[in-house]
Amino acid sequence: MIEFLVSPFTDFAFMRRALAGCLALALGATPVGVFLLLRRMSLMGDAMSHAILPGAALGYLAFGLSLGAMTVGGIVAGLVVVLAAGLVTRASVLKEDASLAAFYLLSLAAGVMIVSLRGRNLDLLHVLFGSVLALDDGSLLLIASIATVTLFCLALLFRPLVMECFDPAFLRGVSRWSPVAHYGFLMLVVLNLVSGFHALGTLMAVGIMILPSAAARLWAKGLPMLLALAVLFAFASGVTGLLLSFHADVPAGPAIVLVCGVVYFISLLAAPGGLLVGRLPVRHHLKS
Amino acid sequence: MHPVPPPLIRIENLTLGYDRHPAVHHLNGDIPAGALVAVIGPNGAGKSTLLKGLAGELRPIGGRILMPTLPPGALAYLPQRGEIDHSFPVSVFDVVAMGLWREVGAFGGLSRAQRQRVRDALAAVGLSGFESRPIGSLSGGQLQRARFARLILQDAPLILLDEPFAAIDSRTVDDLVQLILDWHREGRTVLTVVHDLEQVRRHFPTSLLLSREPVAFGPTAQVLTPKMLARARRLSEAFDEDAPECHIELPEGSAPAESEPQVHQHGHGHEPPEHNHRH
Repeated sequence: MIEFLVSPFTDFAFMRRALAGCLALALGATPVGVFLLLRRMSLMGDAMSHAILPGAALGYLAFGLSLGAMTVGGIVAGLVVVLAAGLVTRASVLKEDASLAAFYLLSLAAGVMIVSLRGRNLDLLHVLFGSVLALDDGSLLLIASIATVTLFCLALLFRPLVMECFDPAFLRGVSRWSPVAHYGFLMLVVLNLVSGFHALGTLMAVGIMILPSAAARLWAKGLPMLLALAVLFAFASGVTGLLLSFHADVPAGPAIVLVCGVVYFISLLAAPGGLLVGRLPVRHHLKS
Repeated sequence: MHPVPPPLIRIENLTLGYDRHPAVHHLNGDIPAGALVAVIGPNGAGKSTLLKGLAGELRPIGGRILMPTLPPGALAYLPQRGEIDHSFPVSVFDVVAMGLWREVGAFGGLSRAQRQRVRDALAAVGLSGFESRPIGSLSGGQLQRARFARLILQDAPLILLDEPFAAIDSRTVDDLVQLILDWHREGRTVLTVVHDLEQVRRHFPTSLLLSREPVAFGPTAQVLTPKMLARARRLSEAFDEDAPECHIELPEGSAPAESEPQVHQHGHGHEPPEHNHRH
């Protein structure tokens, strides 16, 4: 049994790299996912993950499968879409979801077009589905650096960000932190999506952000517990997904996200905030 | 006694509105420091709009608001419904402690004394024992008490309250009115939008009766007369979609607000997507 669980990681360097990548993603991307969830921006995270595709594709078109070019391209494309959508939201009658949807759909179409113009299908698959089992030193360092930066930024932004989520009008009234918190957070989202896309691909990068957060939200009452639990769920799902991929010979990215999904469904059934508990008869209610 | 204090707020020919339609039209007046003012008027009279303008959330279409003696950030504004996300996992203690922002800022920790002040504020609004409850579990009245506790900690010399008693039971209203009277005794300036005229007569020395146009402003007994109230009702009725342009100008002091740096220090921040001022 222990051999079954441990030996893939002790015997194979690529599994160890994948494990390190999952840990970094769990520590960096998942807390960002928690705030996406709390800001009711889960689907926007999904939209933005698609928006980074053309940037990565352009980087690929210009420089081939170069880590730096694709990363910078992805970050730039993500930021452009975020800023453009923000601008349209404030200057027109469209709400943020509509303007973001418009930009990300265009962005995604452009990305697929660019990739198919020059690349082979295999490359497209690589961009869309990532390659957690083939992380080289550069990618791993990138993911780890982004996780580190994210944790520092979240620690700095924590109080303004919580207030921006909970009561933005109050934060605007007492300070000028509101735009800093909002745009700083969006930048963290873009950074982590780029980091996630190296491992899991653009389509599934959001999976490890949102699913563990949603599962943890069903269990936790307070924010610190919620963050800790989400990170734990994400890392456990990463490990399980990698083992599943190793032993059953299935692609690792989808395996990780599917395990996140299993955790989510179990939480949905068993957690205090889930489907069942609220419907069970209360045997002894409290006095007050 | 004291010499006549200078006005804390000077309103000069102020016009506030949405899409060029004025909701507050050519308002003038001085509000002295330490005043307790009830802002009254029919629905749609521009009461909330005036408070938004004073709080810096809404930029004037014309005229200006001057608060020369008020340091930046020394204004506490309680919007009518706020944008509070009730499902957010924070405790009542955390929410009330947000009132200490001016002291602790984005990074400072809470000292033991500050924690005690949070607990005292909760006790003052009758919410002792609710510290660790999630904010979403509070009833409407309890939530309003918590927002008042946060106001206590904000310790602002100017407090703007937009319909603080809407949909609140009478016992809570009585407690909150006591808090407002305490603030008045402490020398703070309080502007409150109120609907219950009986309450205004009993507790508020000064009243501002609005009906898009200013109708009356002064001692409550002189404002709340049947004649004035009838006039307010008459004025508020018409809202003409194709209203002609208004060209009333005062000879001076009608410069646009953005040329006046001391009008407001804040309110230039961005607005989140769910917030829309066009009602």
